[in-house]
Amino acid sequence: MHSSFLSHANGRYFWFALGLITVSASAYILHDPKQPPNGGTWLGYTLGSLGLFMIVWLAYLGRRKRNFAKGWGTVRGWVSAHVYFGTALLIVATLHTGFQFDFNIHTLAFVLMCLVIFSGFFGVWAYRVYPPERNQLKKSQSINDLFLQLEEIDSQLTRLSSGSDNEVRGIVNSAIERTVIGGGYLDQLLGRDNSKLVLQGSVVDNTEQQRALDSLLEQMTRIQGLESTRLSEIVRIFGARKRILDTIREDIRMHGLIQVWLLVHIPLTFALFAAMIAHLFAVFVYW
Amino acid sequence: MASEIFDIAIIGAGPGGLSAASHAAELGVNHVLLESSPKIANTIQKYQKGKHVMAEPGVLPLRSPIRFSAGKREEILSGWEDGLTEHNVNVRYNTEVATIGGQKGDFLIGISGGEQIQAKHIILGIGLQGNPRTLGVPGDNAAFVQYQLDDPDAYKDESIVIVGAGDAAIENAIALARHNSVSIVNRKDEFARAKEGNLNLILGAIDSKSIECLYGTTPARIDPPSDETFAGTFVLDTPSGEAQLPVHRIIGRLGAIAPRGLVESFGIEFPNDDANAIPALTSQYESNVEGMFVIGALGGYPLIKQAMNQGYEVVEYILGNKVKPADHDLLAAKFKTLPFDLDVDEVLALMQQRIPVFNGVNALQFRELILDSEVSLQRKGAVVFARNDYTNSFYTVLQGSVDIEVAADTLINSGQGNFFGEMSLISGRRRSATVYAADDCVVIETPRRTMNKLIASVDAVRKVLDQTFIVRTIQQKFAPDASIEDLLPVAEKTVINQYAPGQVIFSEGEEGDTLHFIRNGSVTVSSNVDGKDLVMSYVPANQAVGEMALLANVKRTATVRATVKTETLSIDKESFDLLLEKSPGLKARMQKIVEERMRQNIVLQTNTDSGELLSFLMGQGLGEATDVLLIDEELCVACDYCESACAATHEGTSRLDRKAGPTFAHIHVPTSCRHCEDPSCMKDCPPDAIQRGGIGGEVFIGDNCIGCGNCEQNCPYGVIQMSYKTSAPDSFWRWLFFGIGDKPGKAVNINAGENTIKQAVKCDMCKDQSGGPACVRACPTGAAMRLSPEEFVDLVRDVR
Ligand SMILES: Cc1cc2nc3c(=O)[nH]c(=O)nc-3n(C[C@H](O)[C@H](O)[C@H](O)COP(=O)(O)OP(=O)(O)OC[C@H]3O[C@@H](n4cnc5c(N)ncnc54)[C@H](O)[C@@H]3O)c2cc1C
Ligand code: HEM
Ligand code: SF4
Ligand code: SF4
Repeated sequence: MHSSFLSHANGRYFWFALGLITVSASAYILHDPKQPPNGGTWLGYTLGSLGLFMIVWLAYLGRRKRNFAKGWGTVRGWVSAHVYFGTALLIVATLHTGFQFDFNIHTLAFVLMCLVIFSGFFGVWAYRVYPPERNQLKKSQSINDLFLQLEEIDSQLTRLSSGSDNEVRGIVNSAIERTVIGGGYLDQLLGRDNSKLVLQGSVVDNTEQQRALDSLLEQMTRIQGLESTRLSEIVRIFGARKRILDTIREDIRMHGLIQVWLLVHIPLTFALFAAMIAHLFAVFVYW
Repeated sequence: MASEIFDIAIIGAGPGGLSAASHAAELGVNHVLLESSPKIANTIQKYQKGKHVMAEPGVLPLRSPIRFSAGKREEILSGWEDGLTEHNVNVRYNTEVATIGGQKGDFLIGISGGEQIQAKHIILGIGLQGNPRTLGVPGDNAAFVQYQLDDPDAYKDESIVIVGAGDAAIENAIALARHNSVSIVNRKDEFARAKEGNLNLILGAIDSKSIECLYGTTPARIDPPSDETFAGTFVLDTPSGEAQLPVHRIIGRLGAIAPRGLVESFGIEFPNDDANAIPALTSQYESNVEGMFVIGALGGYPLIKQAMNQGYEVVEYILGNKVKPADHDLLAAKFKTLPFDLDVDEVLALMQQRIPVFNGVNALQFRELILDSEVSLQRKGAVVFARNDYTNSFYTVLQGSVDIEVAADTLINSGQGNFFGEMSLISGRRRSATVYAADDCVVIETPRRTMNKLIASVDAVRKVLDQTFIVRTIQQKFAPDASIEDLLPVAEKTVINQYAPGQVIFSEGEEGDTLHFIRNGSVTVSSNVDGKDLVMSYVPANQAVGEMALLANVKRTATVRATVKTETLSIDKESFDLLLEKSPGLKARMQKIVEERMRQNIVLQTNTDSGELLSFLMGQGLGEATDVLLIDEELCVACDYCESACAATHEGTSRLDRKAGPTFAHIHVPTSCRHCEDPSCMKDCPPDAIQRGGIGGEVFIGDNCIGCGNCEQNCPYGVIQMSYKTSAPDSFWRWLFFGIGDKPGKAVNINAGENTIKQAVKCDMCKDQSGGPACVRACPTGAAMRLSPEEFVDLVRDVR
């Protein structure tokens, strides 16, 4: 049946990449240069050229992904190959260096490449772990369903509290008005909640609606009689509202995590290209 | 006044009636044109404002004294009005015809309100729109009660009550609620008839109090206003007693009364009860009532130009002139390559005489059928269609013969007058045989829609097709080695059964004495596990169910239910035994199928989750799908590249909505076309712009779409959008390096001037993309997949 990018075509590219690693490693071990192993031996040149070609091809995924009409093969297949050959690149490039590191442009290129690769590892992990978690979290509902429920609850609360006294009404309305969902990119990723509440004329933090819920519970001890039934109904619904908000926030957080690593992966790819051009320039012009 | 006898009374001032009346006026014939609404062409008046009206079919010449070419609704209407004045047409508005009595030369036309008009001939051109159902309460003729809404923005700050619970009522309510205080009166306590999108909109609006809904409420009467600022008081019967609503306006959206009842009361006969049946007419548009002629949409011609041409021609016919119909040249061109030296009418006659299925079809209908059909000369050896093609047209042999390859090296020769291709026509499934031209032959290919129209209106055609279908199915599926003659006794006893969606065909534990062959639709097989009905498998058309009970002589081991409207052929035990005898290999083949099914069932029985998932998929109407986009939520990273890819390959408008639609376990059903077996969208498309074909059997919409929105209304899954043309140029490198141009997949409006219309767009399964569906190809993780229902069993088997 259908398969994920990791098991695409029965893991064909995994085996190809493994083969590539084996061949490069064997060559490295068997190779006996007159000088210490480095990029300048025939094997060093071969591995270097191969690495360069691989990097260009890996980066080309950015184009293939967007070449919807004429792109060759499926993106799933491309990503599968990208992931496995990207990992193989780590070995190929390391062998190319012959483990000669220093504070120079050559090592900078290598480090950038490693960062791109490691961010890629995180990406694979995020792609495999978060989607099922998001699905579990929402129990087959869509994010739109959750927002609709929230809207419904908000209007229920407004209606209920319109009959209550000023203080309860103030808590409920200001908590609804000052609920923040999303926020900046960092807020989303950390699941940070900047919701506020107006209590006795001053704006206070209302993270995870806790303060509002506490204040409502406090009111319950104050209010008696018929009014208290209404208040306990408000508290109950407010609790449900908190749960929905938590779910939405968590969902947004995970959605952010699924994509945030690309913000490292892609810019560093550009940086890697710059560093590699400098590296090649240094090697061939100043050697 | 009562003494005046008109030569021709034309009823209905639609395009057909207008053209007829103008031509009569032009020729100086004593005539009258009767129109029930206050203006001409009520159907066209109801199009949305500024609609660009198309003049399809483009190849058909116009023949009418009044003008018509593609253009804005307003221009066309004013052109027609000018035409009426110019020719001095005797037109009477607000004149609804209620009865017709008498006979040719002396018809008596009764107008609502009592007046009577006499005429020698009648031309009936009242279209198919019917009249809106009125509120039917005292006072419903007040000026502020209306049954149509042209421009919701024309009303501001009014109190408006809308009566009705269908899509039209909801759409009006939502649009009006922007600037008015709106209530909606719903007889029931839910909006059961509404599409899902509209349902969400209205429930949202009711929740947020922007629209008030009165459930379980019916109108009682309309009283004068209690205070000057309102137009009237709407009195309603609510579950909690009578309510009085002061209103400025009442809008009734209760649907229309189809005109058939009225037409029958005039004495015109319909061939059967089918909702799509059209009255039988002669080639001169005359009905069974002598002197009463039927033109336009009512006669089965759904486009404006056709109606206008007929208006012209019918007047000529009444006057006894033999004009050639406007489509004469089209037919002549169609027949040009044929090896006959005959004129158009002679060729048509020859066809009807040589091909028995078409014998009973009236001349007019047959002419229309041939206009829609392809007549072609096939050279010996040419492939007419191949096994597994997803075409579903119907073929007849006019001359020569064809070889039908029903199985490897089993050829059946079919000669002049015979037909083939009826299997796919009926089942909506792929071709089950390959057909070659046995010698140079002439075949007629008739599109599915045209054939279905014919089957609906001529019972004889239906009968012949059904009988042939039965015999050929039995031969192909059960007894390929037996001769047709041997199978006739079995065929005679075979019954065609019809089932509604969800209806049980047979249930677990029953004594089983018949086998069902599914000829269209599909079924689920379910079994009772721990008191719960668990779906175990899905069986599509062209397969048999219930064979187990017959082979093994056991009680039914499972319940079989229709997933959608389904037809089966049932074969009883006695016939089945006869088949076993006639076809030695049958028993072994059947046993293999049974074994495979048992194995499937065991896997599914041990896993209730997968059964529930299968039930969910069927519940989404996927039983009638042939190819559907599903998303595995455990893999989807919500990048929306599927949508971008769709947009990029389809002029910038994505035809799928990933976020919309339900999810069960980890399977999400996005809003996207499923390429139904029997597509509801195709049923009522005036220019026949929706086609099915290609190797994938995709349902797609052609450029001749006139933007009427019927398909959008008819698709039960809300996947068709009405959209202006956009384009999506690929400017990746410019975008990447210089930020110039749009991100790939983004829509750019193209300004094609005044004449652009919103046309229907939907998934075409990427028929023009060499690599296959772009959505699936663009998905980086493998979450997006396209499946046919047969593959669902494999899908649900690996529920994790
Ligand atoms: C939204 C929409 C868009 C369309 N767009 C196009 C297009 O772009 N191009 C195209 O070619 N076709 C189009 N069509 C189809 C086209 O409108 C019809 O084919 C055409 O109107 C049929 O003409 P007609 O004369 O048969 O009937 P109609 O146009 O339906 O006219 C019937 C007339 O009879 C009157 N009438 C009804 N009952 C009575 C009675 N009892 N007594 C007196 N009068 C009566 C009605 O008020 C009406 O004015 C479209 C249809 C729809 C619904
Ligand atoms: C030097 C090596 C690499 C380079 C230059 C590189 C470059 C890129 C580029 C340009 C993209 C396209 C991003 C976009 O346009 O959205 C991408 C995507 C991706 N890369 Fe890499 N990559 C490298 C190595 C890796 C490795 C080692 C892995 C994982 C093991 C990896 C995993 C991914 C994944 C999962 C995607 C996302 C695919 C998608 O969502 O379409 N990459 N990479
Ligand atoms: S548009 Fe709707 S009715 Fe037509 S094939 Fe697609 S899903 Fe079926
Ligand atoms: S392309 Fe695939 S992963 Fe992206 S949104 Fe669509 S289904 Fe989900």
